[in-house]
Amino acid sequence: MIRSAVVSDPIDVVALTQEAASPSAGATAIFLGTVREQNEGREVTGIEYSAYEEMAVKEMRSILDEACSKFGLASAIAVHRTGELAIGEASIAVVLSHAHRGPAMDALRYIVDETKSRAPVWKLEHYIDGSREWVGSTGARHP
Amino acid sequence: MTVTVRLFASYAQTLGRSAVDIETPEGATVEDVVAAILAMPGGDRLPPRPLVAVNHSYAARGTVIGEGDEVALIPPVAGG
Repeated sequence: MIRSAVVSDPIDVVALTQEAASPSAGATAIFLGTVREQNEGREVTGIEYSAYEEMAVKEMRSILDEACSKFGLASAIAVHRTGELAIGEASIAVVLSHAHRGPAMDALRYIVDETKSRAPVWKLEHYIDGSREWVGSTGARHP
Repeated sequence: MTVTVRLFASYAQTLGRSAVDIETPEGATVEDVVAAILAMPGGDRLPPRPLVAVNHSYAARGTVIGEGDEVALIPPVAGG
């Protein structure tokens, strides 16, 4: 099972874990990215995520495929959520399985890092003073 | 030909719309489309070299745009 998705509903990590299960796997690795109450010293009340959905799904799928050939995964699922998220809610989940724990954890880091730098997803942070700001990296690695 | 360029997040906010139509000659490249957008009113508030996607993949500056291609300007990403 290899699957990427952009969703607007809350992420059900238990369902994803069941989906990623494989008889050949001795390890299941899970990453959840959650909305934090502070960013660079400013108090955050929530984050509004938006995405170029078709491209985000495609780019995340490419990353999963890369991870599968690099690490030999049994399964890999990446789901990014969009919309208004409150503190503590999960914005991204990556769940994968592998025969062994070492490559499972290495693959998890690879997928999360690549998704953060390549998937066309944006966040508009809402601060306690009522202001809002787009947060972003430079994306300097792309052509 | 007319190329529709999709805009997202901060770029959509900067130009006040989610897409813009650009008239380009046949054989126009990503570079040409970016130049046309930067020359629009408000375009000077975009970065001089924004990332561009063609048909849902990041594209180099010299990529030639064809009729019906989906072009998008990609602001600095911030997923996760």
